[in-house]
Amino acid sequence: MPSAAPLSDRTPVVVAGLRTPFAKAGTLFRDANGYDLARTVTRELIYRTEIPPGEVDEVIFGQVVPSPLVPNVAREVSLLPQLPRTIPAYSLNRACASAAQAVANASDQIRFGHADVILAGGVELLSDVPILHTRRMSRTLVALSRARSLGERLRLIASIRPRDLVPVSPAIAEPSTGETMGQSAEKMAKENAISREAQDRIALMSHQRAAAATASGRLGEEIAPWFAGPALDEVVTSDNGIRSDTSLEALAALRPVFDRRYGSVTAGNSSPLTDGAAVTLVMSLGKARALGYRPLAAIRSYAVAAVDPGWQLLMGPVYAVAQALDRAGLVWSDLGLVEIHEAFASQVLSNTEAWASRAWAERLGRSQPVGEVDWDRTNVLGGSIAIGHPFGATGARLVTTLSNELVRRNQQFGLISICAQGGMGFAMVLEQVGGG
Amino acid sequence: MTGAPSPAFHLVIEDGIAVLTLDLPGSPVNTLGRATAAEFAGHLEALAADPAVRAIVLRSGKEDTFVAGADIEEFTLLRTAAEAEAMSREGQAMIDRVAACPKPVVVAIHGPCLGAGLELSLACTWRLATDHPKTVLGLPEVQIGLLPGAGGCQRLPRLIGVRAALDLILAGKSERAAKAFRIGLVDELVHPAQLRDLAVRAADRLARSGPVRRGGRGGVAGWFLDRTRLGRWIVYRQAERQVRRRTGGHYPAPLAAITAIRTGMERGMRDGLRVEAREFGRLAVSEVSRELVRIFFATTSLKKDDGVPPGTGTPRTVTRLGVVGAGFMGAGIAGTAVTTAGVEVRLKDADLSRVGKGMHAALEQVNKRMARRRITRHEHMRLTALVSGAADFGGFANMDLVIEAVFEDLEVKRGVVADLEAVLGTGALIATNTSTIPIGRIAEGARHPERILGMHFFSPVDRMPLLEVIPGPDTGPDAIVTAVRFGRRMGKTVIVVADHPGFWVNRILSPYLNEAGHLLAEGVRIEQMDRVMTAWGFPVGPMTLLDEVGFDVGLKAGAVMHDAFGARLAPSPILERLVADGRLGRKNGRGLYRYSRGKKAGVDDSAYRVLGVSPRASADPRRVEERLLYLMLNEAALACAEGVVRSPRDGDVGAIFGIGFPPFRGGPLRLIDTLGAARIVEALDRLAEAHGPRFTPCDSLRDMARTNTRFYPE
Repeated sequence: MPSAAPLSDRTPVVVAGLRTPFAKAGTLFRDANGYDLARTVTRELIYRTEIPPGEVDEVIFGQVVPSPLVPNVAREVSLLPQLPRTIPAYSLNRACASAAQAVANASDQIRFGHADVILAGGVELLSDVPILHTRRMSRTLVALSRARSLGERLRLIASIRPRDLVPVSPAIAEPSTGETMGQSAEKMAKENAISREAQDRIALMSHQRAAAATASGRLGEEIAPWFAGPALDEVVTSDNGIRSDTSLEALAALRPVFDRRYGSVTAGNSSPLTDGAAVTLVMSLGKARALGYRPLAAIRSYAVAAVDPGWQLLMGPVYAVAQALDRAGLVWSDLGLVEIHEAFASQVLSNTEAWASRAWAERLGRSQPVGEVDWDRTNVLGGSIAIGHPFGATGARLVTTLSNELVRRNQQFGLISICAQGGMGFAMVLEQVGGG
Repeated sequence: MTGAPSPAFHLVIEDGIAVLTLDLPGSPVNTLGRATAAEFAGHLEALAADPAVRAIVLRSGKEDTFVAGADIEEFTLLRTAAEAEAMSREGQAMIDRVAACPKPVVVAIHGPCLGAGLELSLACTWRLATDHPKTVLGLPEVQIGLLPGAGGCQRLPRLIGVRAALDLILAGKSERAAKAFRIGLVDELVHPAQLRDLAVRAADRLARSGPVRRGGRGGVAGWFLDRTRLGRWIVYRQAERQVRRRTGGHYPAPLAAITAIRTGMERGMRDGLRVEAREFGRLAVSEVSRELVRIFFATTSLKKDDGVPPGTGTPRTVTRLGVVGAGFMGAGIAGTAVTTAGVEVRLKDADLSRVGKGMHAALEQVNKRMARRRITRHEHMRLTALVSGAADFGGFANMDLVIEAVFEDLEVKRGVVADLEAVLGTGALIATNTSTIPIGRIAEGARHPERILGMHFFSPVDRMPLLEVIPGPDTGPDAIVTAVRFGRRMGKTVIVVADHPGFWVNRILSPYLNEAGHLLAEGVRIEQMDRVMTAWGFPVGPMTLLDEVGFDVGLKAGAVMHDAFGARLAPSPILERLVADGRLGRKNGRGLYRYSRGKKAGVDDSAYRVLGVSPRASADPRRVEERLLYLMLNEAALACAEGVVRSPRDGDVGAIFGIGFPPFRGGPLRLIDTLGAARIVEALDRLAEAHGPRFTPCDSLRDMARTNTRFYPE
């Protein structure tokens, strides 16, 4: 057993975390605002932790597709009336690792001594993605707003063509390659020879574990109730994408989406488009102790890596995990728990096979493979395929779940691995300090 | 300095612009009394004659008020109508001099500009106001039974049109700056920091460019209704009809204002001013106005009364409020706390869907404010974020005050107190919103009874203006001051009352509602009883009130009062029978009245059958009125003697704001003074003989009758 790095007052620790229910886009949060989700969950965390509001030094939130009307969602969170109006805040975009990056940045600020208490989280509301006009239409509209005479206005209106009125909606495609996420996942399945059945088994495990953790109330502890319905009396306390009744047969019956003839990536073995928000309370250990909190886990290390998006888009975690373990001075076998973000089952398996492979060990310049995944210690409460994946928020969900689970199962070290758009990968190592 | 009072005005002349600043010494606000008016007239005369002065700017030296109005104290000294008329004439003359000033007069308004302050502003050449929440303009005179008697009835309709002027004057309401600008009451809206500079610049501009012309508003319909004789005739008639309906003929001021406006608009300013002064004189010495002025002073002094001797309690500023129990009352308290006090509110209830429903009801109050454009979308976003809820006490460690509004049951309430004591921080208060359980009983066994007290809100919380604060036997002064101040921040008129069953309001209401039940059981018609009491001046009659209160609630409260006070307050048998029939009142749509889609739709005749009475064609209205009213007066005298209220002032204000006792009658204790205790004792004795000992006059009333004493000094 490796000895833990000595804890100091400046060690960043996760004190608590909370999220909204995660809901498939276009369902529960169809009429909500992104900032509303972020504010609601943060407000609830403030009340539950009873943090003295004046102690909060900064708010950092991740969001991948912000509303053009609220470009800095973090500031709207820090302007919650429960907090002083003087807390600086910024929003960031590390694609699907955004909230994890928010936690990482919080941990840096705390290590530097720049801050002691940070609310770090993320939000995504894919029910409210901005729909754009064509560039030509935008130009005309801007000109119209500046027009001085009726004649000029009429001339501009007359110049609008029917095709200008067709809106442009953003696709989840790589700007550099034009390839969609799903196509990349399909490509990885083929190139890495990941079978349809292996993918479906990952999906099944994800649903079964998430369903069990929902039924036991374990996931519910991390979810702030959402009051829905016209009279707010429909209370939602669980995620709506989890299927307790799914089976290998049901999953096998689904048609591949991205290559209808020879493909293997289906809606069943991919994470759904999801709305949700999650937030964590990160503190310096010294502050946490001074305020009387019992922190859950220390942030030992993190790493970010990137690969050529034109190659296998979602292989970034392979590099990031190796680096994060090295930075923490740990090896895979030290890990008691692992949380792997499941964008696609094909990506999860491509990543885990690479960690286990000798060929990859060479590419990574290591004498030994990174490690072999033990599924009994990995995604123990299910993963993004079942729970859902609000791009900006998933990282904070993983940090919260892993921190709580390390304490609950009394494990020392835990790892988070997240693949992200742009060929990026993110990894973080946590160490339980439960009761510390 | 002796003799000469220190001046209220301060004058500087800059580049030909005279800046006249009103800063009444020794007062937090500016009012226009006789001395101030005389001083102003002197300045005006000198400045008009001074060749070095091109224009005049009038402003206030107070931080956040312009002019709060006339000096109402002066009104109370008026003895005769002629005296009052002369006073109005004086005011008119003073303001006429502003209007007649050969040089432009620019007024710079920041903060309340009310009554005489606005009348003065109306006579100016140009009005600037700050776009600030503190800036409100209005003519509230009718609220104290008067009319704007310094030319306001003449100049306002000329400036903004008859319809808008009637709106403002008849309701006595105040408009915020933005609305005032929209209706043409002010000419420019400016930032407070620029007010003085821009006023000086406007004065300079007007001095160069000459008089201002203002256009009409409201298109063809507006032109017709404001600017044609026929149109205005329709408007006057409409207004009179509305006033009659609203006041039930009890308040002469609005009708007098219409007369003054009408005379001025149709027969010219001179006649208008004459009628305005005459009506002012008549109103100023009327009993109605006297009573309304008294109530005004009573509520004003209550606003400064923390419920404990000055200096004995340290208030805690409430920024976080917990509400336990997310039902109708809890949600109502939460909503009002958010919308008017702007505090964080966390609702706690055992069941999350009740929490959600409660949050929704609370948020509806915020939504209503936005729908009425009282708040902006951004303020709405901030206010709604103040409301949250949970099924546990998470966050309660940081609460300053927790109000419990759970089921009216001693053990349940004690349980809540115990739960709260386990989680609250030191110094946080626990208030219980009970209407029947003594605070002392609830606080029994608590670890810190000094921080427990009663806050009795009335339903619906957002509309009922009264709050009873009830200290228990061990409640500390800090808790009382904190609760009183917070109640005031919630927009309530707060009276501190003793921990006796029913406190004050329900105590005096109890015999009144019981008697209404007896009358009904004797066959007095439901609608007649309501008609008699609304004609007397109550906003609703006792039958409607029973429907609103709910028969189950009334039954339970009635039993508590019966237990506490014995046969005198024995409930009538009707509630029991109504409840047995499955009737609860308005809330389940089955009361003494029928309800269709939440609206009252006539008497439910089947109620008579349920009660086993055959309604009489008609009862003597004076008998009905006497029986209902005199019982209430008797109980009020008794409770007052027991010390339930600290003073007759609190009792009368409580009755007016708590049950809608007609303000123009001054409240029950004041009414005893007006009628004379002897007359009431005599009537009660007579009624006791005819209807039973519940009418027996209380000892204190008999004493008052015998010694010829009063509640208030004459």
